[in-house]
Amino acid sequence: MARDIRIKTRTSGGSTEILTMVNHPMETGQRKDKKTGKKIPAHYIEKVNIELNGKLVASANLGAAVSKRPMIGVRVKGAKAGDTVKVSWRDNQKESGTQTASVS
Amino acid sequence: MNTMKRRTFLKGTLASGVIVAAAGAGLLRPSEVLASEYPAGAFGQKGLDETMKALFGTSDVTKSDKIKFINPPIQAENAAVVPITIETSLKADTIAIMVTKNPGTLAASLDLTSSSLGYFKTRIKMAGTSDVHAVVKSGGKLYSNDVVIKVTVGGCGG
Repeated sequence: MARDIRIKTRTSGGSTEILTMVNHPMETGQRKDKKTGKKIPAHYIEKVNIELNGKLVASANLGAAVSKRPMIGVRVKGAKAGDTVKVSWRDNQKESGTQTASVS
Repeated sequence: MNTMKRRTFLKGTLASGVIVAAAGAGLLRPSEVLASEYPAGAFGQKGLDETMKALFGTSDVTKSDKIKFINPPIQAENAAVVPITIETSLKADTIAIMVTKNPGTLAASLDLTSSSLGYFKTRIKMAGTSDVHAVVKSGGKLYSNDVVIKVTVGGCGG
């Protein structure tokens, strides 16, 4: 089923940090399955877009070298409590997901 | 002859006018253009210069202390989860993280907009002890700073 996306916001000193984490394995394609000895195919998130109130504020490009359960943190200006944060991702196997949250 | 040229000219301007109008109407929003560009070619590259060329089109870079690593782990406890936080006072368009000793030098990059600040936090895997570079594109130029992160293989401190 859908991969869990967590979104956290923290406002301090006039800017807001948006932290997001996707429950994704981020397989590099280098690892071998211990039982079969076969390589596990590369499976990683390529793109994470972060929107605030429907407007794109940052777009992350990830490679297989980003840790599993990738975490992305960005800082935005002018976010207020109750504003909508939308995180959407897609990976190299055409899987994707979206989650929204409110600025706390 | 003159009329012909005028026709062609008018057609040309009309066509480009449509694109400008489309952009103005929000049909070609910069956000969508930005969101669609995954720099696939840059991720497979090895070496700083090659990676910068593939990602930014140039490897002409200036070292800048306006780019800072926030609490970098000098000794990473887990090579699979190395926390990286980069902050810059430069007006950044893109912040990229490059690890010279990894199989692919580019770990991640972040494209920013006018409403985001020069800040990028993530966690990366490292193949071994390496220098980690933060490369920032600002006003069409590249700036960078780097830090050495030691990775303990086997889990024993040294």
